[in-house]
Amino acid sequence: MASTRFIKDRGLTARMTLVMFLLGALFVGLIAILMAVAGSAGYTGLIPIIGIVGLGIAWFQWYNSDTVALKAMGARVVTPQQAPELHAMIDRLCAMADMPKPRVAVSDTDLPNAFATGRSPERSAICVTRGLMRRLTAEELEGVLAHELSHVAHRDVLVMTLASSAGIVASMLTSGARYGVIFGGNRRDNNSGAPFWLVVLLVSLVTYAVSFFLTRMLSRYRELCADRSAAFLTQKPSALASALTKITGDIAAIPNRDLRGAQSMNAFFITPAVSGISFKTLTSTHPSLEQRLQQLAEVATALGRPMDGGPGALGDGSVGPLR
Amino acid sequence: MSFWKSLLGKSEPKRANLDALFSLPSAAITLQASLGFTPTGVGSVCFRAAEGAAFAGTRAEVTALLRADGTHVTEDTDEYGYTWLTDRHEPSDLTGLVTELHGVNSTLEAHGFGPGLLCSLVHFRDPAERRLALVYLYKQGTFYPFAPSGPQQRDNMLEIQVRDAIAGDLPIERELSRWLAVWGAPEL
Repeated sequence: MASTRFIKDRGLTARMTLVMFLLGALFVGLIAILMAVAGSAGYTGLIPIIGIVGLGIAWFQWYNSDTVALKAMGARVVTPQQAPELHAMIDRLCAMADMPKPRVAVSDTDLPNAFATGRSPERSAICVTRGLMRRLTAEELEGVLAHELSHVAHRDVLVMTLASSAGIVASMLTSGARYGVIFGGNRRDNNSGAPFWLVVLLVSLVTYAVSFFLTRMLSRYRELCADRSAAFLTQKPSALASALTKITGDIAAIPNRDLRGAQSMNAFFITPAVSGISFKTLTSTHPSLEQRLQQLAEVATALGRPMDGGPGALGDGSVGPLR
Repeated sequence: MSFWKSLLGKSEPKRANLDALFSLPSAAITLQASLGFTPTGVGSVCFRAAEGAAFAGTRAEVTALLRADGTHVTEDTDEYGYTWLTDRHEPSDLTGLVTELHGVNSTLEAHGFGPGLLCSLVHFRDPAERRLALVYLYKQGTFYPFAPSGPQQRDNMLEIQVRDAIAGDLPIERELSRWLAVWGAPEL
């Protein structure tokens, strides 16, 4: 892949690599344990096939990701004549990032949202909703588009599909093993039958749970990465920040209420019992608004640093090809 | 132990450390170096005026103290019923401004009106005319940034940037939910 001008963050990359490694190990571990268990029960030939089928499903999902995702959102591809401003904006961003231009699609939903899809940067599509274009200013829209473009450049669809393959195999096995437990139990003559399916069920359930949390974690890292790249590409972290504040509709941690009005309530201030890790932060696909704003603020500070030398001069960032 | 104290109704409120105000000039230098914000020379103290002659006397004393050096001081009452004492200095004289804000706070505190004190503000501005105030929460003894960008809108990213920049100079309020806005603060 041609090197693009999106900038990496070493700490984030390290964490991401670790999670991807864990997911890979999980996949291999699942297959290995199953083969060991199957070996003792006489199903040896079955397990590699299940592994291959799982990878095949993941591959199929990835290969058709663009058409499926666009259809699911009811989006249609627009020509430069139909949406000249949107195309012009993406043209410029792609030229800045030195990457092939994806197809541009618009969805008639009023929900403000945007997504990128496609199996490779050459065969990708970016979709924005009408609601998004109506609510955001040109600068904010540019920030969101840059975020989606960096998903394309980082091949996030491929990464996330691969990452979820352990989960796909595990969920396949879970449903398969449930039948195995029921029907295997009928065959009283084969004593090892029921425990074998029970073990498969337990192993796949555990794998599924672990892979669920790991893929969500990876997804949050990819989002942060895309935010960061987009901020460096557009050189306007504040535009992306205000777009995010508008889109997410989250009640920001920083309140808009007045200090004087809130004074009488001070005694009853409810602070979250666990401020660090809640279940929501573990299972969400996107990082919290607070976290994203925090990162964009760091980018803004880095950009505003008077000492010149570009982002490469920072301690934690480096300019270079993506892979 | 704090459990027993609160059970017996003996918990003590956090003590304000007014000396933290004197760290403002060094924070201002950091702010200027990292984000380009400079003090405008305006600062204010916000408090709830008590009824009665005792407070009226203290208030006269405070106002006299502020006017002693010939600076322009105004008194406003806002729609929440709080009184704002606004003090204007030369933009370069942040130390003088901070000393006077400290004087107002400590005089009110010394006369027993500490519970009525709400917050103190010091105003900043950058070349792009973005407005910023560092708010000193008297009850918490901590600072937080407040950057209004519209009538009821604040620039959260700038506030986080400011927090990261001055975290080494000032005690910063850690709980983001306490970064309450002060809409319509005089001259901000």
